[in-house]
Amino acid sequence: MDYDLILRVYPYFLQAAVVTIELSVLSIALGLVCGTLGAYARLSRWATLRFIGATYVSVIRGTPALIQLFILYFGGPQIGIQLDAFEAGVIGLGINIGAYMTETIRGAIIAMDKGQTEAARTLGMSSWQTMRKVTLPQAARLMIRPLGVNINAQIKGTALVAAISVVELTYTAQRYIGSTYKPFEMFFLAGIIYIIIIFVTGQGISWLDRRVQIK
Amino acid sequence: MGLDFSVIPGYFDALLLGSLWTVAITLSSALISFFGGILLAVIALYSPAIIRYPFRAFAFMFMGTPLLLQLFLIYFGLIQIGLDLPAFVAGVIGLGLHFAVYNSDIIQAGILAVDKGQHEGARTLGLSRLQTIRKIIVPQAVRTVLPPIGNNMIALLKDSALVSVIGVAELTLTAQLAISNTFRPFEFYVAAAACYYVINLGLEYGLRRLEQSIQTSR
Repeated sequence: MDYDLILRVYPYFLQAAVVTIELSVLSIALGLVCGTLGAYARLSRWATLRFIGATYVSVIRGTPALIQLFILYFGGPQIGIQLDAFEAGVIGLGINIGAYMTETIRGAIIAMDKGQTEAARTLGMSSWQTMRKVTLPQAARLMIRPLGVNINAQIKGTALVAAISVVELTYTAQRYIGSTYKPFEMFFLAGIIYIIIIFVTGQGISWLDRRVQIK
Repeated sequence: MGLDFSVIPGYFDALLLGSLWTVAITLSSALISFFGGILLAVIALYSPAIIRYPFRAFAFMFMGTPLLLQLFLIYFGLIQIGLDLPAFVAGVIGLGLHFAVYNSDIIQAGILAVDKGQHEGARTLGLSRLQTIRKIIVPQAVRTVLPPIGNNMIALLKDSALVSVIGVAELTLTAQLAISNTFRPFEFYVAAAACYYVINLGLEYGLRRLEQSIQTSR
């Protein structure tokens, strides 16, 4: 293990880690939006919306995230979508994780007592009010832990954007492996940073989960 | 530049061959991850503390870092210690090991869910500890956790696209080669996605059949 080398390059890895965190946060936020929309589409009264939701989940979960990124980044310009690598990374990863989150969120909503919705509707709330004030807040408690699993997967999933040359952790490790021929050191450094990010996020999710549970 | 899907049929054979490689990689790493997962689960639960704790640290490392990084480590890192693996072998080992760790987590839960009386009963009948684990505990544990392991296999199929990055000529790399000839990324990546989708449907069907046959033989 070449510790001098590690000490020399670690600032660059930290810079790259910031990009990894940005990618994670932005794509998870987009994923939550897509996931919520997807879940409500799948639970909708209208068959067309249900079909769109089901197709979204099936197609995205049935094909590799890497290919989805490639379609967006390399294929996008052909259909008039010009994105830089970072934007393509955020949007591609967000749409991808959104499909997994759709199922998580849908599961949480289904798991809720049906009487809740019925009671809210009987009290004269509109279906939008019911969703916003009754269903979602309660379902949110149920979904924190499973969404944590999605989020954990997504942080590691951000490594994929190295393939469209976004300068995040894995890309940086790859570049330094190329220039120093020290794969173990670079893996060690990048690996430690990933583990720290994931560990801290995991702790945060457990904390949030404990906080919102009804005692 | 509009879309022109008429370029796809010319590469039909190449895409088919790429799909076959993807299937080959998925199946071989699925086997490694399945049996590796059992082995790792048994080590994690039954080995002495001196092996168990370093092993758990190793598993934690694997679960906390991206697969892509692990593939780079195996493919480029092992050269550093004089082991120059072909890309296909490195890819299969990387995928197999990565999912073995995930499978091991599931199988451990399965082993813990097997009734304690099974263990005691087998030992009373004169089976050794190893025999008990191998012939009584593990087969029952694996049966109960087959569905989540199946989900991992589906994830494995999709993650097999990553080995294109270290130069294994499977479906994704085949599409990339076709693109470098035709400059039509959208069409070929969509075609590759369609191939993955079909393989995925086949895999899901196979897994469902396997689960059913095991459920009925119970």
